[in-house]
Amino acid sequence: MKARRKWSLTNTFLNSPKFVPYLFVSPFIIAFLLFYLYPMISTIIMSFQEIGFGEVSYVGLANYEKLLNKHYLSALMTSTSYTFWTILILIPLPLVLAVLLNSKHTRFKNFFRSSLFMPALTSVIVAGMFFRYSFGENPQTLMNSLVGLFGIEPIVWLQNSTPAMIGLVILCTWRWLGVNIIYFLSGLQGIPDEIYEAAAIDGANRWDKFRHITIPNLKPVIIYVLTISVFGGYKMFAESYAYWQTATPGDIGMTIVSYIYQVGFNNFEMGYASAIGITLLLIVLIINLIQLKFFGLFKKEGE
Amino acid sequence: MKKVFVLLLVIAMLTVMAVSGLAKETRLTYWTYQELHKEFMDDAVEVWNEKNPDNQIVLETSVYPYDQMHNKLLIALQSGVGAPDLSDIEISKFANYLKGKTPQLVPLNDVVEPVLDKTIKARFDNYSKGGKYYGMPFHVGAEVMYYNKEYLDAAGVDVDEIVTWDDYVEAGKKVKAATGKPMTTIEVTEHWSYYPLISQAGSDIFAPDGEVILDNETNIKVLQFLKDMIYKHEIAIPAPGGFHHSEEYWAFMNNGGAASLMMPIWYMGRFVQYMPDLKGKMIIRPLPAWEEGGNRSAGMGGTGTVVTIQSKHKDLAVNFLGEAKLSKEASKKLWTVLGFDPVRWDVWDSPEMKADNDYTDYFGKGIFDILLEIKEEINPTVITEKYPKAIDLLKKNVSFKALKEQSMTPEEVLKEAAEELK
Repeated sequence: MKARRKWSLTNTFLNSPKFVPYLFVSPFIIAFLLFYLYPMISTIIMSFQEIGFGEVSYVGLANYEKLLNKHYLSALMTSTSYTFWTILILIPLPLVLAVLLNSKHTRFKNFFRSSLFMPALTSVIVAGMFFRYSFGENPQTLMNSLVGLFGIEPIVWLQNSTPAMIGLVILCTWRWLGVNIIYFLSGLQGIPDEIYEAAAIDGANRWDKFRHITIPNLKPVIIYVLTISVFGGYKMFAESYAYWQTATPGDIGMTIVSYIYQVGFNNFEMGYASAIGITLLLIVLIINLIQLKFFGLFKKEGE
Repeated sequence: MKKVFVLLLVIAMLTVMAVSGLAKETRLTYWTYQELHKEFMDDAVEVWNEKNPDNQIVLETSVYPYDQMHNKLLIALQSGVGAPDLSDIEISKFANYLKGKTPQLVPLNDVVEPVLDKTIKARFDNYSKGGKYYGMPFHVGAEVMYYNKEYLDAAGVDVDEIVTWDDYVEAGKKVKAATGKPMTTIEVTEHWSYYPLISQAGSDIFAPDGEVILDNETNIKVLQFLKDMIYKHEIAIPAPGGFHHSEEYWAFMNNGGAASLMMPIWYMGRFVQYMPDLKGKMIIRPLPAWEEGGNRSAGMGGTGTVVTIQSKHKDLAVNFLGEAKLSKEASKKLWTVLGFDPVRWDVWDSPEMKADNDYTDYFGKGIFDILLEIKEEINPTVITEKYPKAIDLLKKNVSFKALKEQSMTPEEVLKEAAEELK
């Protein structure tokens, strides 16, 4: 009798429109609390501590005071310029390619789509190894043979800051181009053909259509891609790791996350590493707020 | 019938379990970052099991990439769960594991102290704190010079007449003129070229009391010497790929890229493994000295094997480790199997060390005699809590900025690094 009542109680719960949504989102909420919020809070706490084996002492702001050093600033510069260059390439290029792939006149569309998307499925480390070897400094390596075609002397790619940045950006472009194309393609397919037809009747040429119909209609997608690119750029680590492991010569490829890794695991200063992590969070947050404000995402419709 | 069969089967299984329960068998886990070390330890387990039939060991080894293994171990020790019984820790990371008041490693004094007077004690000091020895070294790591005999002959240079670094530079000029090849390569993104030289010159990164002396006069002079070899005498080049363990370098060297190379004796294994074409061409000699009669080697690199306090069989693990790496038998195997110069010097003149093996096939006979010659000429190195950071700076900044980029003078770059360590 009792068991039956319990059963019906569960039943009512499962049918209750107030409760069920929570049930469905609970896996996400639990995962978020356990794997995101909890580590985030403990990182904030750890950034004020000095941590040894089983011994923890509060050191106030000492970890944050350490931040003003060459390595941190250089890591910040590297991450920023990496983010800048990836955004500069990874928005216009996939946009144009997506428009081409969406055009009725393009042939073998599916083949191009899948081959452009393929790199996104490879592991960063595997791809990184491949690129690490192609960017080797021997004259026979892939990249040096390529530049050799233009009569350029073999380049020592990974020990100079400009070629190193080119190497990082090429790896990133290769990997993420396909993903961004997919975003833009899905955006393009949401633009009704009638608008283009109407424009054609009004005498708009291809460029006008692209400029005045495609771009404005893709604005939400562009803002989305921009936002995740800012995140992606600042949190980049694996690419740099694949090229140089942990010790980047002269810090040329050391990003903020590689710096966290080095400080935390190589020097075993977990507290300081946490402090760097917190600054990274703040930097990305601020940049995104500025960018969203700039694109008017906070404005209400019709304002 | 079937029932009887099942019953028999059950009885048989129970007996097997009971018997295996009687012959005590203990599982120990071991982490390393070197495939070669696994082979060595597997061999040691076999020897142990033969000697101790009632105390068998099953060693479960995991080989991880270098960084990953050290990180996993650091986190396991820090959080208090998940560490293996035994683990390797590379010397430049070791200080991290001794930080704080409560080391998470088991002191090995019980097995180390009885034989300490027969070993190169400095190698144990590298892994010690407060009089307790926490790491079991693999080797002395004597620094030697590997010469390509073909090039020296072509230039008419007698290798045994290279006594000082000045002689070496002169010989280098002859080799360059005769063959067009650089005399040597210098690491610019790792520390195996600069660090041994300052140690050989009697200097170090830290003074014995822990004070930072990286920017002292000797160290500046040594870095300037390396720079001069590259840009003034033009007999050396920065190592292709930046360091002597890069793929570019192996390809370069295997094709006869340079006439000589300074690395520790454990680099022999890399020659055998990655530079097969140089077999029979390379010979090993002590380093040129800074001045006649000076030290001709330095002790470089190393790996300490440790027992963690999370182990459930600490005593067994410690005893096994003593047997595996410190017994006379084991010390001989360190040479025959791994090509390492064992820290126990009382085996150095035993016949096994003169017998042929993979390394004598490659480099010619009498390698160990050279090691015997230089055993007294190795300065100890000072290791402090800041050691991991210091090595990191040597790797990333010091040689790179002074020798490759040339964005700073040797003095500036050493001052800067020393400032950061202080």
